[in-house]
Amino acid sequence: MSSIAIPHAGDHGHDAHEHHHETFLTKYIFSQDHKMIAKQFLITGIIMAFFAMFLSILFRIQLAWPEKDFPILEVFLGKWAEGGRIRPDFFLSLVTIHGTIMVFFVLTAGLSGTFSNLLIPLQLGARDMASPFMNMLSYWLFFSACVVMISSFFVESGPASAGWTIYPPLSALPQAIPGSGTGMTLWLASMVLFIASQVMGGINYISTVLNMRTKGMSLWRMPLTIWAVFLTAIVGLLSFPVLVSAVVLLIFDRSMGTSFYLSDIIIGGQILPNEGGSPILFQHLFWFLGHPEVYIVLMPALGLTSEVIATNSRKPIFGYHAMVYSLIGITVLSFIVWGHHMFVTGMNPFLGGVFMITTLIIAVPSAVKTFNYLATLWRGNIKFTPAMLFAIGLVSFFISGGLTGIFLGNSALDINLHDTYFVVAHFHLVMGSASICGMLCGVYHWYPKMFGRMMNDKLGYLHFWMTFIGAYLVFFPMHFMGIDGVPRRYYSFTNFPFMQEWLTVNVFVTWAAIIAGLGQVAFLFNFFYSIWFGKKATQNPWKSNTLEWTTPVEHLHGNWPGEIPTVYRWPYDYSKPGHEDDFIPQTVPFSETMSSNLPHDFEGDAVAEQIQREWDKEHGVERELHH
Amino acid sequence: MVQRADNNNYLTSLKAKKFSLYVFLVVSFMLFAAWSSGFIVYSAGGEDKGLKTLLPTTFIYSTVSILLSSVCMHLAYAASKVGNIAKQRLWLGITILLGGLFFFLQYSAWMELARNGVMFINNNASQSFIYVFVWAHQAHIFAGIIVLLNAFFKASNGNPLIKNRFRMELATIFWHFLDILWIYIYVFLLLNQ
Repeated sequence: MSSIAIPHAGDHGHDAHEHHHETFLTKYIFSQDHKMIAKQFLITGIIMAFFAMFLSILFRIQLAWPEKDFPILEVFLGKWAEGGRIRPDFFLSLVTIHGTIMVFFVLTAGLSGTFSNLLIPLQLGARDMASPFMNMLSYWLFFSACVVMISSFFVESGPASAGWTIYPPLSALPQAIPGSGTGMTLWLASMVLFIASQVMGGINYISTVLNMRTKGMSLWRMPLTIWAVFLTAIVGLLSFPVLVSAVVLLIFDRSMGTSFYLSDIIIGGQILPNEGGSPILFQHLFWFLGHPEVYIVLMPALGLTSEVIATNSRKPIFGYHAMVYSLIGITVLSFIVWGHHMFVTGMNPFLGGVFMITTLIIAVPSAVKTFNYLATLWRGNIKFTPAMLFAIGLVSFFISGGLTGIFLGNSALDINLHDTYFVVAHFHLVMGSASICGMLCGVYHWYPKMFGRMMNDKLGYLHFWMTFIGAYLVFFPMHFMGIDGVPRRYYSFTNFPFMQEWLTVNVFVTWAAIIAGLGQVAFLFNFFYSIWFGKKATQNPWKSNTLEWTTPVEHLHGNWPGEIPTVYRWPYDYSKPGHEDDFIPQTVPFSETMSSNLPHDFEGDAVAEQIQREWDKEHGVERELHH
Repeated sequence: MVQRADNNNYLTSLKAKKFSLYVFLVVSFMLFAAWSSGFIVYSAGGEDKGLKTLLPTTFIYSTVSILLSSVCMHLAYAASKVGNIAKQRLWLGITILLGGLFFFLQYSAWMELARNGVMFINNNASQSFIYVFVWAHQAHIFAGIIVLLNAFFKASNGNPLIKNRFRMELATIFWHFLDILWIYIYVFLLLNQ
């Protein structure tokens, strides 16, 4: 017994037997419980996703029918769609905010925020996060960021419209485009709040993973989901501050008259006083975040998928260590490839060559992961749950979108392909569709853990096929437009003769987008209906090995009613030869599975091997223990 | 048994909080690293770029004051470890005063810069960067002084010693970090002078 007087741990609420007085406000609004915060992140993310999807449908309508009037648009967009046609600057706002919301608010906060919060404590065996209070702040900062971002639709000059990459000078000069006025200021304010939220969340995730694992949960026994969100948090913490630094300098340029990014500008016949600034500097700072950001988006999706594919193939994940090392490889490499976004900025060709090589090297860990997914599926006893379909969907998008990355990463080919629809097709498949599939796979798989009920399978299948086929129909044709040289972000395809022949393709893509968008309504209904009326979930509906399925269906503060379970094995003992069930949860010690233990399970523990040998002799089993 | 489990939980949560602080310091450092590399890239951009000025001598005095404050902080932390609250408050008070002095000296340093014609709004943004570094560091110092004041006012004989000591430990780590960060910025600027 320790002799120092330690204050009671009650203020951290770690004890299940302690009585908690919860009001509506502390339970649902200012909750410090990681499971509730996860749900808050998820539902906010889903709302933002639908908002951004709606924006994309609006600009798809403009792209498909640039010469046609849609009076309904004027009804709710007012002067931004005078006469039923979307104005060019508002079109750019739509593109900008669609990208910003999808990348940051849905696939960063909605994905990492939900599943890091939900799974880190549950899969590692912790009562809660390292700092539940900071965790709550993280959500509310994110929520404020969402409100500020959406509020930019209610200002006179409209939302930011310089693209999600907000390159100066366009984003720095309100005279350049209406969206660079108040809308841009709100964009920047929103991003600062968002980054503060990400930093608080990320610190918590890393600290919890490294300090609060239950007994027996060594790093190499962590599920791949945790490895993925852990490394994602590291990438985020190292790269988001750099975006802050870029944004602060941009704010100085916009509001105070400095010249970090501005030089030699004549606008509307007026000569600006700014001299000596470098817009390329902004691009360097931006892409130092911007490129790791795409892995922040993708890695959690890869982690969720690994778990779901192993569980539903009823097989151990193929190459667990290789999966971890390739995640680490992606983490490290993601920081030294940002220049491939800037090949055409007049970059020294030698430097371009260096960035090209690092970029192409990233294909190696990515390919390792892809092959491991396929090898896990190979001859598995596959259960095609909706979650599993979305996981397989991720693998498909990851391959088809990843292949075009090899084209784009080539500094010579990029001269042709830069800023064309080829790029749009590439990243919408590899990071957009793949990550959203990973996120949806996570939602379907862990829904019973979050809400204690099951989602409807049939609607899930409908949702999957509409999303999967829809995404390919939307993005695949864009490759060909890009190869033909059609630039992205152009308002109207009727203004340029060489683009006119693509109008019919645009009509096709827009219809595909509308139908795929309707498919999401099936999800929305399924999600909210099942919260109250779904089938009640059992404790371990997918017969999974990880710790979260040992907690009771009814949520309680502190997660486990009694002691936190101890972990004895890795999380992927599925269909182990010699065992009666096709799964062995991590909490089952080897002494209870004498018939299925393998030599490497003992990790050189001589006593355990001796016990096993005696058991084998008694039961007449031949087993090679030394290797 | 329950008591021991509670204690272990509590100690784990302290360890996690301290670790979180270290992670935050890395985040904070990345911010300055980004500006440093931005400064290097920008200054290499042309003949007319670069600092092109001598740094104000006031920076030497402010550096001395923050170094002294770090020493005092260390003494305050040592006092907290042996539970000598009075001594801890004394040294902590001196640290806060020195921190305040540093804050003021930085302010007079940029006044000196402005008198010498090195303005924030400048067509040579290398010079604007000096202000960015100093202001961002000042914002951290401001936060640091709040942390110190918190540790100062919450230290009393009535409160649990372990909480006081832990609070002091975190405050000390943060304050030393601000010291090291300033020295980094100062040396970085000196080397580019």
